Amino acid sequence: MTDYRLLITTTISNMNPDNQSPLLAVNNLKTYFQLDEGVVKAVDGVSFDVHPGQVVGIVGESGCGKSVTIKSILRIVPPPGKVVEGEIRYWPQKQATYEASGFDGSVDLAKLDPRGKEMRSMRGSEIALIPQEPMASFSPVHTIGNQLIEAIRLHQKVSKKEAAEMAIERMHEVGVPSPEQRMNAYSWEMSGGLRQRAMIAMALSCNPSLLIADEPTTAIDVTTQAQVLSLLKRLQESHNMAIIFITHDLGVIAQMADYVVVMYLGRVMETGPADEIFHSPQHPYTKALLESIPTVHSASRTFLPTIAGSIPHPFNRPPGCPYFPRCVDYMPGVCDQLTPIIQPVNPKQAASCFLFSDAAEDVEPATVKSKR
Amino acid sequence: MTEQKPSDPSFGRQVMGNLTEASAVSYQPMVSMDEDASLAPPGADVHSEDFYLAPNWKLVWWRFKKHRLAVISSVIMIIIAIVAIVPGFFSTQDPHVTDALQSFIPVQMIHFIDDGAIRPFVYGAVGQRNPTTLRVEWQIDENVKVPVKFFTRGYPYEILGLFTLDIHLVGVDETAPVEVDPAAKEASAGPNRVSTSLHILGSDRLGRDQWSRLMYGTRVSLSIGLVAVAISTVLGIVLGGISGYFGGTIDMVIQRLIEILQSLPAIPIWLALSAALPRTWSVEQTYFAITIILALLAWTTLAREVRSRFITLREEDFVVAAKLSGCGQPRIIFRHMVPTFSSHIIAAVTLAIPVMIINETFLSFLGLGLRPPAISWGVLLQEAQNLQSIALAPWLLLPGLLVIVTVLALNILGDGLRDAADPYTS
Amino acid sequence: MTQLIVKRLLLLPVLLFIFSVFSFIIIQAPPGDFVTSYIAELASSGSSMDQAQIDALRSTYGLDQPLTGQYLKWIGRILRGDLGVSLDWQKPIGELIGERLGLTVMLGLLTFFLSWALAVPIGIISAVKKYTLVDYFFTIFNYIGIATPTFMVALIAMWLAFSWFGVSVTGLFSSEYVDAPWSLARFGDLMTHMWLPVLILTLSGTARLARIMRANLLDELNKPYVEMARAKGMSEWHLIIKYPVRLALNPLVSTIGWYLPLIFSGSLVVATVLNLPTIGPMLLRSLTNQDMFLAGAIVLIYCLLAIIGTLVSDILLAWLDPRIRMES
Repeated sequence: MTDYRLLITTTISNMNPDNQSPLLAVNNLKTYFQLDEGVVKAVDGVSFDVHPGQVVGIVGESGCGKSVTIKSILRIVPPPGKVVEGEIRYWPQKQATYEASGFDGSVDLAKLDPRGKEMRSMRGSEIALIPQEPMASFSPVHTIGNQLIEAIRLHQKVSKKEAAEMAIERMHEVGVPSPEQRMNAYSWEMSGGLRQRAMIAMALSCNPSLLIADEPTTAIDVTTQAQVLSLLKRLQESHNMAIIFITHDLGVIAQMADYVVVMYLGRVMETGPADEIFHSPQHPYTKALLESIPTVHSASRTFLPTIAGSIPHPFNRPPGCPYFPRCVDYMPGVCDQLTPIIQPVNPKQAASCFLFSDAAEDVEPATVKSKR
Repeated sequence: MTEQKPSDPSFGRQVMGNLTEASAVSYQPMVSMDEDASLAPPGADVHSEDFYLAPNWKLVWWRFKKHRLAVISSVIMIIIAIVAIVPGFFSTQDPHVTDALQSFIPVQMIHFIDDGAIRPFVYGAVGQRNPTTLRVEWQIDENVKVPVKFFTRGYPYEILGLFTLDIHLVGVDETAPVEVDPAAKEASAGPNRVSTSLHILGSDRLGRDQWSRLMYGTRVSLSIGLVAVAISTVLGIVLGGISGYFGGTIDMVIQRLIEILQSLPAIPIWLALSAALPRTWSVEQTYFAITIILALLAWTTLAREVRSRFITLREEDFVVAAKLSGCGQPRIIFRHMVPTFSSHIIAAVTLAIPVMIINETFLSFLGLGLRPPAISWGVLLQEAQNLQSIALAPWLLLPGLLVIVTVLALNILGDGLRDAADPYTS
Repeated sequence: MTQLIVKRLLLLPVLLFIFSVFSFIIIQAPPGDFVTSYIAELASSGSSMDQAQIDALRSTYGLDQPLTGQYLKWIGRILRGDLGVSLDWQKPIGELIGERLGLTVMLGLLTFFLSWALAVPIGIISAVKKYTLVDYFFTIFNYIGIATPTFMVALIAMWLAFSWFGVSVTGLFSSEYVDAPWSLARFGDLMTHMWLPVLILTLSGTARLARIMRANLLDELNKPYVEMARAKGMSEWHLIIKYPVRLALNPLVSTIGWYLPLIFSGSLVVATVLNLPTIGPMLLRSLTNQDMFLAGAIVLIYCLLAIIGTLVSDILLAWLDPRIRMES
């Protein structure tokens, strides 16, 4: 569509010298919520790739659209939200599960009926989700075993008994002690860490190629967080899964991700390999984010730098670059007039900022003003 | 424990915690010192500065306005309330006056246009004695036109016991002649009689005007609903508040009391209590006794609601903050806690009124509530209790329509208020 | 689970005691005592009693004792299964109530099951198809159903049946079966009469329950476990029925506690209008005629039915919801 896409693909390809095709390519994704008060552009032109076996971290403050992005990939955006534009190209790994005419190895998830059979055969089987709140994501009146067996039997033709054995095996694999007994337990009878492990077991039950982890450690104790993270890392390596890891915690990103996507107000600010993002951030927003983290090297009893201002409400999005009202490098007459496009900054990183490139969106999107 | 990536020591891997989130939250500017606005959860449906600064009632009003049915219902309720305040103005005849010669006159619709001119009139009723039952049976005769007039003078009535008036919304125009078709005149001679009175909703067994009775019944039925709800609201808030705020033994006692009252079968108990009222009591005494009987079993729902609100609020930060800054208990309860759920109470009360109205209606309908000469919707409907009366005079069912409209309007209104009461949830 | 039931059953005598005191107060409420009214009743029919007979009667009912003594005698007789004698009907109360109680319970249960069978699907459809034409239609139906007093529905039904078909829809039996012994034909006749009162009572019950079901389900539909079920690849209707509907039913089950008693006692008004041989109209008549032993007995029966309703709902809820089961 536009040339910058090619450029980004090349930057990512730099990371993957074997140059194999990606597992997932999100291209200019736009997910809008049509409300009475106006349109909320929760995701507004997001592009990134995920390669097989790669861990991509999406980082951003709450409300930046990271959750809506992954819900768009799974096509479970709650109404009135809708994927209005863009492409979610996915290369199924279990081709037997997907047999459409004219199949060329990839399928555009954005074009599928979200409730249709094809999309449903993707969910759980090809792309699995680990939700934010394991407590609320298990039904409180069904046993863990019931829900695990159901997940297995949705995509695999096995008997209940076989499914139960597979479920126990998975629970064992993710480190749930005495899994046979846990099968009959309810989610609220287990500890937070165990619940998340059971959730991971459910996500893994059909051997997905892509695992989406939506802030999987926010709802658990700090002590258990680390265990869950290392478990995920271990499983990722042993199953050679790709993971999209969503978090607002830069520490978690540093520990988990190979590649980082920084989001702000529904747009991608910067992308690049984790090392580059942490060591030579380019975008002013990424820089500000990293500066607000305390390190052992900073002088004691000083104020930690913070990002001035607050995230604008989605209805009152500023025109131009969404970040300019808080930006230290704000250029009047440029940043508040035009919306920058993501462009390569160096061979590894890409950023959406006029500091590096003049490329702007052709049509200035009409700003939606809410009037009561 | 976890695998570490090769990293530049100058950056350091000692990244701690989720500070992006923290910095974002702490830098949310304190837009307003207003108590109400500070209730807005972060990320709520926040539009602009005026949303933050608006007082609670304004937010409720904004949301209520959007609920069109509820707005219509409130207009209907205002009209019904005006009728309840000055029923005399809307009635056409004294509701207590009986006229055995005018019994069971059918509904007389008011027509506004007569021969192309605006001249309001009703078709008169012509009565004929049934040779077997020997009763006068009335029929609407389109040959007879009785002129009516708006804002006409009629029988004197009191307004709220303050002063006396004799202006009525509508009445028979005494100055204009009754038009009778010559052919009909002939027929009306002899055994037939013509009624020149106005019965918008027909007349009952004793020849009383049903429309006028309905107007007066509105006052009684609506006020019984209001007073009974007022009593149960006070009981509910006081007992629920004590229960929720103080907890402990007193909470236990009140909770058990509520449980027992709630498991009582309300309708038989109401009937039994009403039946125990002495027959010799005056209309006013029965009125208040019935009100109290209705209120006695109804406060428990509201008390439960208030209690649960108090329990959740007790732990809220703003209440703890008020406590720590040395507020007295009455101030904490009335300045900090009650305003946060007053709109819920208003909604709950609005929803309780129609229940009371229905309860009064059926108590009186069964002959155990208000008794004639008192007039209420239930008393009116009592006239339509058996098949014979309905078959003879189906218009006796019409007061039921007003009951349905009122209850419907109050329910929609209450729902609209309840939805509007939570301005911060979307 | 068993613990919960045992706990509830242990509470039963306490509740029964409170309610029996209540019913006794109702018996005592009118001025004068039973024997005085009885003598007046006899006198009006021309016969009389001598003082010895009167005294004997007084001591049978404990009327020569203080109130507590009278209560103990009354409750003692009831526990032995003797509900006393109706002054008005001149018959033992147990005999009077027998068949009527059966019909009351039958009417109540039929209404209960029919309104549930209608309300649950209506609530589900309204919630899932929120803000569509179907939802608006049912919302209007629900509002009207709640706003219309049942006796109005009964009156209108009666009037329509009369003015359209010229039939009178009162009673539960055709005249030839009223006093006939039970037979298949009599049961069939009962059924041809029963459907109308059941339908009338169902209308308002369905409206209430469907409203609650819709609201509950709307709450549940936004829960993360629904999204998780979608992310697993379940089909939409399958997951809605298995998860949110199942959870939305729990609060609905807890309404049985008040709904069942409400049907039993609420049928009273409809039964009066339609002249049904249930205990409702009998209570009304006994109250207007100050036949207080009968009234007290019927009120006590209503209380008992209410307690059973609450008990059923508690047990059902514990059986359905593991969280409640574990708590006890």
